[in-house]
Amino acid sequence: MSVINNLKYIFFCLLTLNHAYAASPNQASMLANTCAACHGTNGSSQGPATPSIAGISHDYFIDAMTAFKEDDRPATVMNRIAKGYTEDQIKLMASFFSNQKMNPTSQNFNSAMVKAGKDLHDTHCEKCHAKGGTVSEDDSGILSGQKTPYLRYTITDILNEDRQVSRKMFKRLRNIHQQTGQKGIEQLLHYYASQK
Amino acid sequence: MTKQSRRLFLKLSLATASSSLLYAPFIHASTSKHVVIVGGGIGGSTAAKYLRLMDSNIKVTLIEPKKHYTTCFMSNEFLGGERDFKTLEFAYSGLQKHGVSIIHDRVISIDTIKQTVKLSSNKSLNYDRCIVSPGIDFKWDVIEGYDETIAQSIPHAYQAGQQTLTLKKQLESMRNGGTVVIAPPANPFRCPPAPYERASQIAHYLKTHKPKSKIIILDDKEKFSKQKLFEAGWKRHYGYGTDNSMIDWVSVSNGGHIESLDAKNRTISAQAQDFKADVINIIPPQKAGKLAFATGLTDNSGWCPVDHKTFESTLHKNIHVIGDSTIASPLPKSGYAANSEAKVCAAAIVSLFNDRDVLQPSLINTCYSLIAPDDAISVAMVYGYDQGKIIKIKGAGGLTPMDAADHMRKREADYAHSWFNNMTHDIFS
Ligand SMILES: Cc1cc2nc3c(=O)[nH]c(=O)nc-3n(C[C@H](O)[C@H](O)[C@H](O)COP(=O)(O)OP(=O)(O)OC[C@H]3O[C@@H](n4cnc5c(N)ncnc54)[C@H](O)[C@@H]3O)c2cc1C
Repeated sequence: MSVINNLKYIFFCLLTLNHAYAASPNQASMLANTCAACHGTNGSSQGPATPSIAGISHDYFIDAMTAFKEDDRPATVMNRIAKGYTEDQIKLMASFFSNQKMNPTSQNFNSAMVKAGKDLHDTHCEKCHAKGGTVSEDDSGILSGQKTPYLRYTITDILNEDRQVSRKMFKRLRNIHQQTGQKGIEQLLHYYASQK
Repeated sequence: MTKQSRRLFLKLSLATASSSLLYAPFIHASTSKHVVIVGGGIGGSTAAKYLRLMDSNIKVTLIEPKKHYTTCFMSNEFLGGERDFKTLEFAYSGLQKHGVSIIHDRVISIDTIKQTVKLSSNKSLNYDRCIVSPGIDFKWDVIEGYDETIAQSIPHAYQAGQQTLTLKKQLESMRNGGTVVIAPPANPFRCPPAPYERASQIAHYLKTHKPKSKIIILDDKEKFSKQKLFEAGWKRHYGYGTDNSMIDWVSVSNGGHIESLDAKNRTISAQAQDFKADVINIIPPQKAGKLAFATGLTDNSGWCPVDHKTFESTLHKNIHVIGDSTIASPLPKSGYAANSEAKVCAAAIVSLFNDRDVLQPSLINTCYSLIAPDDAISVAMVYGYDQGKIIKIKGAGGLTPMDAADHMRKREADYAHSWFNNMTHDIFS
């Protein structure tokens, strides 16, 4: 985002402040509430598979929706849904969901797998997915407490080069996979499933 | 601006936006408003919860005769033998936690002038606004030899509960080599893909337990929802199109229209020929729920015309109609649509009570259909509002691609189950 774009966006926020935002419910919740049937009330998913989007990074949300919209990311329904929204609407939804708190539901995990997964995470992932993947700063996805099948699909897509991520992330994942095989990936998933 | 300072700047502006704006309370008039909701199904229960979430000063009373709601969605999976019936049942205690008053009773009438709702216990309630979501009723008089009493033994299973259990029991006691007839109605009706998902799920059950059996769909239509995807799925799993197909589909032009039923001999007369069946599932044509007729909320079509921005009836002021009873086309009559409509309606009521402009509606519908345990398809659409009408957003939505890979169809099945969990949690918890 350039400085101009930034200012434009903040101006946009101030503008909506006097209109749609001036009351609760507002245009952002109007858009976001329709996501609940699949992603859970306010974006916290009950699972088993659909990811939580509560607490998501504002910029990551916009990137994801834009990628879906342009068919740049493997999808089942999200590419069809994302095409229904303008850039401004996507920004409103990003502001809504990034301001929610994720309430993870409990998932199954095995403690030995969790331990090995934590080591892998600390070595390979922690630098960007900080604090055990609990935070959405640096525009990265929240991994901790995220739904296991969703993370498994995502990693599969990245390893198969069906989904574009940064060169750095691709290399790291490929290294884990080359060194530890699918077992290492599963250990990572157990670790994230164990986190709340 | 550096990346860091930009983040901080953005964060600060969003933080002020969120704390002062997203959660800004209303300044209220001294008396709180009362909304009475008729029907604790998908539309009514969603509206009750979201009204309370959006404005906790509003008093919300929900009237529903049943102590448990049984979802229609995933009831086909129960028929297929892959789901426990108990998982379809939901109590109302979750809504009570949001401060919704629940009265387990039936609404007998609504006085639209005095703005009162009368219950079968003779109790009467005043409302400032009323939301009606009574679901569907059936047109009983269109098939000779078939009526509401006979429907107890020839189940429609189109309002889930005892009806679903009866159909399941009949499938279980059927002989191997038996015939199941499913007879879907003409449009419009509740959940257009559901009869074909049902055929798929029953085929799955029969393939596993009674592989010599057969399903005949006698249709009152020329084509049906997600048809190409269903037919390709049936081909893949159930031999569709071959001599050994478990499913045959008879369109209306091929004589699928049903003329009469001989319930005693389990014989159904379609235009093409008579069919002797072991299990018959007639899904009768439909209209808005009874109370909508009793209140004068319906037009000649048998459904309820509403303002698409607020879902307020165009026939009676201060009454909103949502869910299957309403005319919200191009939205289909689905649970997802009812859930979306309820939120738009709740937001509109909150705005109207507070003399604010009603927001621009935005809605989604996504309907999954399970063809086999790890194989699901979907149809999705995003809806907006233009010139007084709900519209489909151009370029959005559509079907699962015909060439979707197996692993993507498996993902759709996982997402279908997630949809069920999130949807029911969004409504009842
Ligand atoms: C087999 C099948 C599968 C389906 N699958 C899906 C799916 O996968 N996805 C999807 O989105 N949709 C699905 N649907 C559709 C979905 O179930 C309906 O669209 C949805 O239930 C409509 O909600 P509603 O509020 O209009 O009606 P309902 O959910 O039927 O609720 C109406 C409620 O009103 C109550 N009521 C009626 N009259 C009165 C009165 N006088 N006083 C008090 N209470 C009253 C009733 O007891 C009932 O609880 C399916 C439907 C069927 C039949």
